Amino acid sequence: MTTLIASAHASAATHAATAAPKMDPLHHFEVHNYVDLSMFGLDISISNSVVWMWVAVACAFGFFKYAFRDPKVVPGRAQLLAETGFLFIRQLVEEMIGKEGRKYFPAILTLFFFVLFCNLVGVIPSSYTPTSQLIVTGTLAIVIFFLCTLLGFAKHGLNFLSFFVPHGVPSALLLLMIPIELISYLARPVSLSVRLFANMTAGHTVLGVLFFFTVSLDWYGAWVPFGFSVVFNAFEMFIGLIQAYIFTILTCVYINDSIHMH
Amino acid sequence: MESAAASLIGMGLSAIGFAGSGIGLGILFGKTIEAIARQPGAESQVSKYIWIGAAFVEAIALYGLVIAFIIMGNG
Repeated sequence: MTTLIASAHASAATHAATAAPKMDPLHHFEVHNYVDLSMFGLDISISNSVVWMWVAVACAFGFFKYAFRDPKVVPGRAQLLAETGFLFIRQLVEEMIGKEGRKYFPAILTLFFFVLFCNLVGVIPSSYTPTSQLIVTGTLAIVIFFLCTLLGFAKHGLNFLSFFVPHGVPSALLLLMIPIELISYLARPVSLSVRLFANMTAGHTVLGVLFFFTVSLDWYGAWVPFGFSVVFNAFEMFIGLIQAYIFTILTCVYINDSIHMH
Repeated sequence: MESAAASLIGMGLSAIGFAGSGIGLGILFGKTIEAIARQPGAESQVSKYIWIGAAFVEAIALYGLVIAFIIMGNG
């Protein structure tokens, strides 16, 4: 009896192995090391995440180099696209921070295009999304958090601590309000990084599930998930753009809070 | 074996959080359409903000997904 069940299991397993691939939508997010490196006890291996981050940076660099290879007063298509992105971020910085924001504009522009291209290279099939790792987005968010805090202390000195004291609140409530303000301030890097990471991971998981259905169904059923995967690819590009924009706009808000304090 | 089943159930339960995001998206787009219907001239100004709002509301649902991943990693 048991041998019968075992052989049935074995035949089912071989059948499954030959007929249908195993559903594994998180396969996309596995990190493989190409070159193992370590320095001062830190793991600085060249993994697929690192390589695709280089690709993203190279794409951003190449795009701007190509767009401005021969700049004209009346821009061509590539130059118009690059100029639109540039002016879009400059307008955002002026709107959110004001005149003092000019100084931070290059950093914010770089941040936007880095996050945007990291999001967009993930749409290429069999590529890797660097921003789908919490460590990447977390590092960006923590750097932004510490920069904003240091900026606040550099601009206002110890007066910056009054940022955590809300205006027009009765003093009895301050005992409650100050910890809440402090916690909400400390939660900023967490929400900033988890938002980007979760959006990228969820979108690519949905794509992985759709591609799994495409390869596992027969020809008469496969075109439905395949069509949806085209739609979701477009949607994923849109989400990548929106999330890069959100990341940038929140960075502007945090810098503005440090400079102007409410 | 039971703990594996419990972690699967927990991962499923974390999807309940999506309901809140659904309500949020409904309010967001409903109010936006209401605002545009009342004031069609303001459409370009209003629609500028809904995509930011939609991204924020969607992110709340995705925190549930993150919790599911955390459970999957521990279970």
